[in-house]
Amino acid sequence: MSKGRAAEPKKSEVLQGTLDLMILKTLHAMGPLHGFGIARRIEQISQEMLRLNEGTVYTSLLRLQQLGSIACAWGASENNRKAKFYSITAIGRKQLARETENWDRIAGVIGRVLRLEGHKVT
Amino acid sequence: MIPRLRMAVARLRGLLTRRAPDPEFDDELRAHLAELTELYITQGMTPGDAAWAARRQFGNSALLEEDRREMRTFPSLENLWHDLLFGARQLRLNPAFTAIAVLSLALGIGANTAIFELVNAVRLRSLPVEKPEDLAYVRFQKGSVRSGNFSTRSSMFTYALWQQIHAEHDSFEDSMAWSATRFNLAPGGEKRWAEGLYVSSNFFRVLGVQPILGRGPEAAGDQPGCASPGAIISYGFWQRQFAGDPDVLQRSVTLDGRPFPVLGVTPPSFFGVEVGNRYDVALPLCADQLMASDGKGRMSDTREWWLSVMGRLRPGWTVERTGVRFRTLSPVIMQAGLPVSYRPEDAKTFLKNKLEVVPGETGVSGLRREYEQPLWLLLATTGLVLLIACANLANLLLARASVRERDMAVRQAIGASRARLIAQLMAESLLLAILGTALGAALARLLSETLIAFLTTSNSGLYLGLGLDGRVLGFTAAIAVGTCVLFGLAPALRATRVAPASAMRAGGRGLTAGRERATLRRALVVAQVALSLVLLVGALLFVGSLRKLLAVDPGFRPQGVVAMDVDFARMHFPKDRRPGVFRELMDHVRSQPGVRAVAQVFFTPLSGNGWNDACWAGGSTGEHQESFFNRVSPGYFQTIGTTLAAGRDFNDRDTLSSPQVAIVNEAFAKRFFGGRNPVGSSFFVEGNSGVPDQRYEIVGLVHNVKYYEIREDFQPISYLPMAQDKDPDSAATFVIQSSLPPGDTIRSAKAAVAEINPAMDVEFTILTRQVEGSLLRDRLMADLAGAFGLLAGVLATLGLYGVIAYMVARRRNEIGIRIALGAGRFEVVRLVLREAAMLVGAGLAIGAGLSLGAGRAAASLLFGLLPNDLVTLASAMALLAFVALLASYGPAHRASGIQPMQTLREE
Repeated sequence: MSKGRAAEPKKSEVLQGTLDLMILKTLHAMGPLHGFGIARRIEQISQEMLRLNEGTVYTSLLRLQQLGSIACAWGASENNRKAKFYSITAIGRKQLARETENWDRIAGVIGRVLRLEGHKVT
Repeated sequence: MIPRLRMAVARLRGLLTRRAPDPEFDDELRAHLAELTELYITQGMTPGDAAWAARRQFGNSALLEEDRREMRTFPSLENLWHDLLFGARQLRLNPAFTAIAVLSLALGIGANTAIFELVNAVRLRSLPVEKPEDLAYVRFQKGSVRSGNFSTRSSMFTYALWQQIHAEHDSFEDSMAWSATRFNLAPGGEKRWAEGLYVSSNFFRVLGVQPILGRGPEAAGDQPGCASPGAIISYGFWQRQFAGDPDVLQRSVTLDGRPFPVLGVTPPSFFGVEVGNRYDVALPLCADQLMASDGKGRMSDTREWWLSVMGRLRPGWTVERTGVRFRTLSPVIMQAGLPVSYRPEDAKTFLKNKLEVVPGETGVSGLRREYEQPLWLLLATTGLVLLIACANLANLLLARASVRERDMAVRQAIGASRARLIAQLMAESLLLAILGTALGAALARLLSETLIAFLTTSNSGLYLGLGLDGRVLGFTAAIAVGTCVLFGLAPALRATRVAPASAMRAGGRGLTAGRERATLRRALVVAQVALSLVLLVGALLFVGSLRKLLAVDPGFRPQGVVAMDVDFARMHFPKDRRPGVFRELMDHVRSQPGVRAVAQVFFTPLSGNGWNDACWAGGSTGEHQESFFNRVSPGYFQTIGTTLAAGRDFNDRDTLSSPQVAIVNEAFAKRFFGGRNPVGSSFFVEGNSGVPDQRYEIVGLVHNVKYYEIREDFQPISYLPMAQDKDPDSAATFVIQSSLPPGDTIRSAKAAVAEINPAMDVEFTILTRQVEGSLLRDRLMADLAGAFGLLAGVLATLGLYGVIAYMVARRRNEIGIRIALGAGRFEVVRLVLREAAMLVGAGLAIGAGLSLGAGRAAASLLFGLLPNDLVTLASAMALLAFVALLASYGPAHRASGIQPMQTLREE
């Protein structure tokens, strides 16, 4: 029996969306990584302000895989452990570029709105 | 859009290849946790703490695996599948419930679909021709007056009038004409009929029907005078008569003894333009002259009304606009088509006639005219039956849902959302609905074929193609979904509304907890009782109406009488020989064993044929009034079982040279002579233009006999002697009264005719069947309304029984306590019955209101009964109340036998 969607889905969707973007960016900048490495890198970049449950990375990875934005291959980690490495694909690069542009645009608009002094419209 | 498509494909792939990648993820997970643990160890934690911290940092892996699983498939589809499997198992574990539920659904849905199939075929379906929405049918507006000879069911226009309409080319691209007829395929002896059409040469072209073999009619066929025209045959006729012979175009078909070469074959889907009839052979219009017994045919006679007309609208012309055009053109058309034989006053009335144009998309149909209203009424009836069946099912499901309360509560406590639980319960209902619909669809075909067989009498073949088309399928599917929602949703909502804690309390049957649920069930039962009262009242009304019709004295005795139609056009007897041939025939038949009397007549009663004219009493100055006419030979009245009230019957002294005499009936005497004995007086009949009025001397007064229909009042009828017919036809009808059963009478009469001349065509009609046949529609309504009323009553009673039993079960403790405190059996029974009586009473009251309101819809179909007939209503209420209370007695009796100690021990 599966559960229904009880909690607010919208909040986690937004968070998942941004996590997807961060993962893509990480893979784009750093090259192929395995799940553990991605989690460390994100932790490092966000200067430890973003403490997310690392398991959620794998949900994002699955979604990106289904979208075709990343590809996976088995390889060896630094400790010579067998690990699954993920790399960004051409589709992924396109998605990254598109969504980065989106983010910048939205951030710009919101920034302009927030900086607005109390101008009354007559 | 593309990303979403890729996701969907990924999910699909995941759905189809299930388990494979998951072990991989387990490895990944373990590797990640191991590395995280190592990281924490290097940061200084103990291995135990590190492992624990790693797990905590990682998050809920069970949740993660569930999310991953859901992402790899279509969760909604999987849930649906699981729900269906579970539902199927539940149904299998309760075979009795499943059987009753599926059966009542199947009956309800099957009945609805069957009637809708008929409604679709008769009313809604377009003709199987090209662009039927561009076809329009031309006819006379209501209130138009025309007189003459109406010889076929297609009698709308004369040939002259059609030519006028055909000349109109502004609104019509082209217009065609047809006339329905019958052709005899048999060379002699008993007739074998083919449905025929006389058609204009552009008939098939206007309709857009391409022959699949050969070609269409020749253009010359529209003008009088054709030597050897060809015939177009239908696909069905080609298969039946020629066994689908591929060389059929080299062969010919013999109609009324004449051969016609086969010119072409039409496609299988084309049956003509009349719904309810099919055509076998189509001949050009000019062939009417060839087949006519007088050799002249109807084309050249302006008093012969025999053609119907349809046209194809030009682009840009609507039916309304065309109607306006024809209304404007009417005076011109009427003037050009004025029958030459009309007297001046009649001509003036005729010229005022107007034409109107109606859509031809669904063809024309006499069947539709007669049966459209009853069919819609029947559809409403079956709809009500289905509602009652759904209410029953809802009640049953509510009962079962209350049993599964604890189950639902546990699931909810674990974390199932209400929506999922409702979906699961609805899946069960969906399964029931699907099973019921499948069975119902099969029943529907059986039912509609039975109905068509019922409606087909030997004289009128009924041809309705019951194809399974989109509309019927859509209708059935809509009903299935609708019923599923109707009986499944309420119980599902109810079952999941319960707070888990209270449901899991022991037994869960507090004294007040179940009261709310009981309200819905009681409301359902009240609704059921109300609806079945409506149906029961309807059934009693129609059955009562039929009984009254059957009890009407038709004025004659059809028992033991057989009508015989003899046609000797083929023998080409000259006119003066014909009466002698008739007499010889009658004498010969009269000498057969068992035959008591034989006579000749134009039309037998209730045959659907008739003749009327305007006449007035001799010496009166009043307005000319209509009377019906018939011609009979001496002994006719005795043969059909009626008697003379005054005067004498016709005899041998009434000949062509003696004064014209007549025998009139009582209604005639009332209308024209104020009710006094008219024997000895005379009356006059209007002659055609240029012909003097005919005077008749009344020599006899006969009792009333029905003419066209049993429902009508007795009409004035004037009987004229067969011997004084100046223009005897080459066909004659005889009535034979015999003491033998009809089969034997027919056999010996056939032999007698064959002895005189084996090439004579004969056809027999049993008069009692003819009378029954005229009441076909009423019998249909009575049978069906009766059947559905009975079904509804049974369903409602079952529903009531179920609810009362449930309520007794719910109040077992209370009743046990009452008995322990001293209540007697009688008091307990009264307690339960009072509950039942309240429900039944409420239902009857609402139902009475509904049936009084709904009765108006059936008013025109009833005979001798008003739809708000109080006696019928009261009897229906009494019947239903009695049966309902009888059904409640069972649980009541069981309640009174409750042992207090047992129930209290269960506490």
